[in-house]
Amino acid sequence: MLTIAGRLDSGSFLQAWEQSVEPCRRNVPRKLLVDVSAMDYCDGAGLGLLSELRRIVASSHGKFELAGVREEHRRLLAMSELTDPDAALRRPAREGIILTLGRFAAEVMGDIRQIITFIGELLATLVWMARHPRRLRLGDMLATAEKAGANATGVVCLLGFLVGLILAFQTAGPLAVYGVQPMIPTIVSIAVVREMGPLITAIILAGRSGSAFAAEIGTMKVTEELNALKTLGLEPVQFLVVPRVLAALIVTPVLTAFNILMSIIGAYIVMAALGYSLSFYINQVMGAVGLGDFISGIFKGLIFGLIVAGIGCLRGMQTRSGPGAVGDSTTRAVVSGIVLTIVADAVLGVLFYYLHI
Amino acid sequence: MKQDPSKSRPIIQVQGFAAAYGGRTVLKDLTFDINQGEVFIIGGGSGCGKSTVLKHIIGLYDPAAGRILVDGQDITAAQGEDRLGILRKFGVAYQSGALFGNMTVLENVRLPLEEYTAFSDAQMDIIALTKLRQVSLEQAAGKLPSELSGGMQKRAAIARAMSLDPQIVFLDEPSAGLDPITSADLDELILDLNRSLNMTFVVVTHELPSIFRIADRVLVLDAARKTMVALDAPDTLRDSSPDAWVRQFFNRQATGEATSASNETATAKSAGGKI
Repeated sequence: MLTIAGRLDSGSFLQAWEQSVEPCRRNVPRKLLVDVSAMDYCDGAGLGLLSELRRIVASSHGKFELAGVREEHRRLLAMSELTDPDAALRRPAREGIILTLGRFAAEVMGDIRQIITFIGELLATLVWMARHPRRLRLGDMLATAEKAGANATGVVCLLGFLVGLILAFQTAGPLAVYGVQPMIPTIVSIAVVREMGPLITAIILAGRSGSAFAAEIGTMKVTEELNALKTLGLEPVQFLVVPRVLAALIVTPVLTAFNILMSIIGAYIVMAALGYSLSFYINQVMGAVGLGDFISGIFKGLIFGLIVAGIGCLRGMQTRSGPGAVGDSTTRAVVSGIVLTIVADAVLGVLFYYLHI
Repeated sequence: MKQDPSKSRPIIQVQGFAAAYGGRTVLKDLTFDINQGEVFIIGGGSGCGKSTVLKHIIGLYDPAAGRILVDGQDITAAQGEDRLGILRKFGVAYQSGALFGNMTVLENVRLPLEEYTAFSDAQMDIIALTKLRQVSLEQAAGKLPSELSGGMQKRAAIARAMSLDPQIVFLDEPSAGLDPITSADLDELILDLNRSLNMTFVVVTHELPSIFRIADRVLVLDAARKTMVALDAPDTLRDSSPDAWVRQFFNRQATGEATSASNETATAKSAGGKI
């Protein structure tokens, strides 16, 4: 038997808890009768206290009863009666490491499978589009090309310039030890034309545009626009992915070329500071890299652009529901874009080596 | 419902209020009081600024003109601790639910308790769970908001708004998107809390059955005139408002029927019978 009188609210809650719940928990009564006839007011905290008393008694199969419920409290008390609080409050058990590991592996394999499926779907659509060029959404493609390409020129050039400058600057020291500073143009130009140019461009593209593609398409998925497209009989791959991927295919070679050119200019700044003439520098660069190197660099840029744009769109379409979903897709777009770019770079490097390019 | 004389102490006073978005006035000349313990409805047609009034009262936006006093304190002028003190009296459930997506439903309802009380984990759990029970969501406590239906999200948002037993609960379109039964349950919940805890409710809605069931008084806004056109008990407005548009609104008539007097009475009768 327990009597509650006066106001049972958040102000008196802690004291009331101490005096009712704690003794009750130490020594669970078989039957608890709570007299609330003198209770003037009971707020959410107070109702919580009554719930806790009921839970404690019920968990040892005791009987809990309220007595003297006033008319004005009847409905509120009735609708605050928990049926199975223990089940509702049970937190899901943490899964073991084996399970986590297995789930992770399954996710990775599933993801690889989805990427392969997506590549197939994209290629099939591209082939279909080649036969039906009028179905290409040219306006979308040009707008994307402007946003992903023209608007990125500044940052691509700046980073190219800085990378050239830094490479030349960093190689100047070690090469001075052996007295072969004139080798700087050769080293830097081979590095930027064959590797750094396409790679830096792809990374910028992943950060600027891959993420934007994922966010745009992801938001469309969350707001059911993708479903609306499907019910209109329009394939999201054809409608959304193809214009973006084609736009990226057009702009990345150009951006890569800008990036390479600016790197070579950047490296010259260091050479000029070391006292070498422009004509010497140009001669060295022309001797080091030929048209083949340049084409291989641009080709890499093209492939990277395809990867970054494609994965951006795929991550967007994979967006799950919930408020953090678009953010997750964006992150995944950038991370997978960069990882796959570098994997592709390694594969292409080996390929070019055996093809003697 | 007849107006209760005990519900006459103003808790919110809106004086000469005007609202503008980007220099364009959307509402002007609003002056009204919301009394302690009443269920106050902000009603009107779509796009008349119902939610705008609500968002200004809770201090999300500053009014273009006029003052909003909460318990005598000007919310727009209040800063720091004073402002927090005012906000502490409010519980707000937004139209879309606005539940935090990375937390379970229970954690959403617990959050205000964690921030504002000294209760232990077990205490907060049971209080929050009891709140969820009141909106019939006990079984959904461990779920994420994205796993709930729209109506459940809305009820969870109401539970979160009430978790600190605020003096004033603001509900923005609570019944929009709910089925009639859930919506009626929600009305009963509002009435229960209003009666037994003496909570003041400010509800934005245009659901007539809900208005007639719960409202002490209704503030009616009109998009065309950009101001309030009536403020009284819903029955009074339906039967004897001097404004034809207001009578039309409460009798749920189409625009074309406003002039036909006989038709109007017929509809009024049938509406009165249903409610």
